[in-house]
Amino acid sequence: MQNSKDTYIRPATLEEALQHLEKEPFSVAAGCTDLLPATERKVLPGPVLDISAIASLRGITAGPDGVTIGATTTWSDLRTADLPPAFNGLRQAAAEVGALQIQNRGTIAGNLCNASPAADGVPPLLTLDAEVELASKAGTRRLPIGDFIVGPRQTARLTDELVTAIHIPARATNGTGNFLKLGARKYLVISIAMAAARIELTDGIVTDAALALGACGPVATRLPEAEAALTGAPLDPRRITDDHLAPHLSPIDDMRADADYRRAAALELIRRTVDQPVESRAA
Amino acid sequence: MTRLTVGQTTHDIASPSGRRLSEVLRDELGLKSVKVGCDAGDCGACTVLVDGAQICACLTPVAQVDGSTVETLETAEPDLSKRLQAAFLDQGAAQCGICTPGMMMAAMELLRANPTPARAQVEAALAGVLCRCTGYAKIVDAVAGLAPRTARANGHAVGVPLRRLDGQAKVDGSEVFGADAGPPDALLVRAVRSPHFHADFTFGDIRTWTKDHGVTTVLTADDIPGENRFGVIPPLADQPALAEKTARFLGEPVALLVGEATVIEPLDLASFPVTWNPKPHAITEADGPDAPRLHDARPGNELIKGRVATGDPDTALANSAFIAEAGFQTSYVEHAYIEPEAGVAWMEDDTLVIHACTQAPVMDRDDTANILGLSKDKVRIVPTAAGGGFGAKLDLSVQPLIGLAAMVTGQPCRMVFTRNESMRASTKRHPGTMRARIGADEDGRVTAMTFDGDFNTGAYASWGPTVATRVPVHASGPYRTPNYRAEARAIHTNGPTAGAFRGFGVPQAAIMQELLYDDLAAQCGLDRLEFRRRNAFRNGDTTPSGQVLASVGMIECLDALEPHWRRALEDAARHPGGSTRRGVGIASCWYGCGNTALPNPSTIRIGITPEGRLCLHQGATDIGQGANTVIAQIAADALGLPVETFDLIGPDTGVTPDCGKTSASRQTFITGRAAEAAGKALRAAILRQTNFSDDALLSLDACRLTASENGQTQTIELGPANGAGYALMAEETYDPPTTALDENGQGTPYALYGFGAQIAEVEVDMTLGTTRVLKMTAAHDVGRAINPLLAEGQIEGGIAQGLGLALMEEFLPGQTENLHDYLIPTVGDMPEITSILIEKPDPEGPMGAKGLGEHVLIPTAPAILNAIRHATGARLTKAPALPHRVLATIRETEFDAYSATKSDTDFGTVPASETGRTP
Repeated sequence: MQNSKDTYIRPATLEEALQHLEKEPFSVAAGCTDLLPATERKVLPGPVLDISAIASLRGITAGPDGVTIGATTTWSDLRTADLPPAFNGLRQAAAEVGALQIQNRGTIAGNLCNASPAADGVPPLLTLDAEVELASKAGTRRLPIGDFIVGPRQTARLTDELVTAIHIPARATNGTGNFLKLGARKYLVISIAMAAARIELTDGIVTDAALALGACGPVATRLPEAEAALTGAPLDPRRITDDHLAPHLSPIDDMRADADYRRAAALELIRRTVDQPVESRAA
Repeated sequence: MTRLTVGQTTHDIASPSGRRLSEVLRDELGLKSVKVGCDAGDCGACTVLVDGAQICACLTPVAQVDGSTVETLETAEPDLSKRLQAAFLDQGAAQCGICTPGMMMAAMELLRANPTPARAQVEAALAGVLCRCTGYAKIVDAVAGLAPRTARANGHAVGVPLRRLDGQAKVDGSEVFGADAGPPDALLVRAVRSPHFHADFTFGDIRTWTKDHGVTTVLTADDIPGENRFGVIPPLADQPALAEKTARFLGEPVALLVGEATVIEPLDLASFPVTWNPKPHAITEADGPDAPRLHDARPGNELIKGRVATGDPDTALANSAFIAEAGFQTSYVEHAYIEPEAGVAWMEDDTLVIHACTQAPVMDRDDTANILGLSKDKVRIVPTAAGGGFGAKLDLSVQPLIGLAAMVTGQPCRMVFTRNESMRASTKRHPGTMRARIGADEDGRVTAMTFDGDFNTGAYASWGPTVATRVPVHASGPYRTPNYRAEARAIHTNGPTAGAFRGFGVPQAAIMQELLYDDLAAQCGLDRLEFRRRNAFRNGDTTPSGQVLASVGMIECLDALEPHWRRALEDAARHPGGSTRRGVGIASCWYGCGNTALPNPSTIRIGITPEGRLCLHQGATDIGQGANTVIAQIAADALGLPVETFDLIGPDTGVTPDCGKTSASRQTFITGRAAEAAGKALRAAILRQTNFSDDALLSLDACRLTASENGQTQTIELGPANGAGYALMAEETYDPPTTALDENGQGTPYALYGFGAQIAEVEVDMTLGTTRVLKMTAAHDVGRAINPLLAEGQIEGGIAQGLGLALMEEFLPGQTENLHDYLIPTVGDMPEITSILIEKPDPEGPMGAKGLGEHVLIPTAPAILNAIRHATGARLTKAPALPHRVLATIRETEFDAYSATKSDTDFGTVPASETGRTP
């Protein structure tokens, strides 16, 4: 059968979903919190492959290799999950996506596949060294999140692939995470800029630092120079300077703020994100 | 096939799997408490519970609730629902009512998990539902379970915080708004709109396209039988219902597609055969005068200029000890009511009946009749509930379009604007580019003011003339200004048409004036409140228009604020600093109630049927502000019967006399006066059948009308019905006494004015430029508070809109045409609000009452901006104060010198270049 605008398929298994994708491209639907706002139609334009009934794609599991977050795990699932402090930033981001209506429906894989420069989930996932698992009839592959999101609204997903999970490697589950979002109102706001951090302290010295910024360029980005500047010393946000950020920022002037402001706010936000109570463990 | 459970009932749904759940619930299951405000998850009006969790029904394909339980307000558990309904009524938490069902569903999710939530928990639970009327506080109060604020009438209705009389339908979800009216099988109308700010256009083969797409009919300007032109000020009417040859703004309608909903809804409008030829355009007031002319008769694209002048301001300024001068720029502001424009029309014999949301039914009737070539008595406008208006629903929206479609097809036709259509096609607050100078003498008394403002009025006239005349009358603020010259121009551009928005330009002008008052207070070395008190209008003062004021509560408002001002300044001074600073600002307002220097009568009819039914024909549209309740309260006390004995006969041009439009803060005053007169006249007619004096008590019990005095009771015989159906009837008209303004704006533009002042307390993040408003304290002279709870609701809602104007609202044509890029305050952005009602009766007002609806918004933005300046030294010259603007201004300001001497009287951060002592 030729798929049309009216096609809407809601399989119960991953296998079935991948069979459909192998044949033809679909608009993949999960929480629909980005897909439906993108149309004025009363019916979601198809062909649609709705993966929300595939139970195996939702949920969070921890194992020796790290933590796996199923593709259709919602923000509310993440917000309320029992996760180590390294995930605090991700959970904070989950609590600031839209409001409860959106958090109850929107999924983590949807946030990545939508690939908005202002996607709330991306900076904290960057600090967790997240990898995106893609499956197709041909097999599965994993991409670091930085290689998965290749540009604004662009990902490395092939049309026959489905994002099935996000993996957080065990090495990135240490330390304490944090996330700050800057907007012109308290709730329901698209970020002007946002920052995420994951800091590991040993005997009062920073032994690992992962920092990321969002909405300050076409894609969210890690900040290796700033991470290096923090590492090996007592935690001091002032060690981060404009110079560390400059190579990674290409902000734009838009309706929410101008580029100069975003540059200034980026530094302040990342410093504040770092400036948090972090439990230091003994070596 | 989707199977879902709603309440106790399981339904098999035949709709396509990808159909929005909101549509399925409304259309297939008739659950119309589910409101559609944006179809994008931005407003939360469609919030329902799925398996107990709140979601936006508009963002949920129906297939995803297969096997789930869905709860709407109609079907949710009755006990909790009833309790919340009572709480909303007892707190005054529902104004227009469009957000109420969504708010309640979000609240239910919370209350099941936590029956006694703290305020912060309530806010987090309700964060996804926008309200544009209430300012949220009363909604949070209702969900948090606070003690009732309402009371029952006891002998008198006026002055009592009654529950709103039309409230039950708002809280149980049965209220009928524009999109809820009419038969379900009505034909659907969609508009083809200009994708360009300015373009000529030609149509291709419409006939073939119509046939190929199964569309019933396509209508263009050629199909309009009457005069294709409308406008709220008839001599300046310039707007076509459907554009002819040239579209003058982005989103102007050029054609209508009419047909079965299943055909029309999915149409890709890009396939419609129209060729656009874009033309040069301007969208700012600065570029407007030099842009190609929009209307032949208006050179320089100047629609109109308003002017008020008295004394010799230039000489007075030159001789002033102190002078402050500045420019200020404001942005387009969107009304952002949660209900997009909607309605339905059909023919009843030879009468066109239109049910649609509106603020001005009679004006709608007259303009629609003119466009459609009908006599006025062949058009009947029945306003649905309006899910917010704030000025933009004064202008025609769907009325002529669905009217035309119904006339041509002979079938009921409905139209519901999408959020994008609503934001493109509706009017906006005028952006203003203003410049002003104000002088003061050594004693801190204002000597003179000059004001010059260019206001971007967009493509068509709409209410631009009103803004241009109101602004010069009010630009002095409520302060004695003996020498004065104010001019305001309305400039056409290809931006969206700017029209009426709560305050008609006065909020913009108040920002300008109040900024300069802070400059002058600093120069004079006076406390900022004291400087304002020294100059505030008092009884008997003369306005710049030459009008002598009879009842001014300005000093009372400022006196009432004084202790709050002292406390706020102390609190701000105590703030430890660090990355944030605190500041306090104050600003005042005055506002003339009613049309400016024009007649604007209201007529009220009250009758008693032969069967003993008491009817109040109340033609003032209640868009949430409370006219249905307030007018009935006045009528009840004037007549001397309990308010609950009245049946309200709602606005309907077929059965209610004209009460004019709901704008200009005129209904409580003008329709209130008509209601008072009609009540008294009916009372007199009743008592004429007795030998009792006017002190007699009336009673209407079990349809038996009696009068009693001095222990004697007499039953009033109710005779046969008159032509209107009444045994006894009174109909009275009130038109406020005003005069035309001369070329210098001298005259009596309004019969009465309301006054007020507000204090803002803010905290500003010095490195991010973000502002949080911590507290607002508002004192308003309402003359007489007919219903104190409704008055407080107006204040809180006005402050919410003023806060948006100050901090976040900037409509950018072509860019922010949705409710996620255009930001209005959420529940989390609102400060604590303390309202103080000052009652200084006006001899012209009904029982002393003055208008309030617009006044409340005027002081908010200047108070907040002055508080930001007090906190940071940043003297902003453009609103809204978005974080990037605040931070840039902070960095431009010589902050160190200021912060070293921070105290209120040392409020001396004004750049030397802007102000100074004259030589």
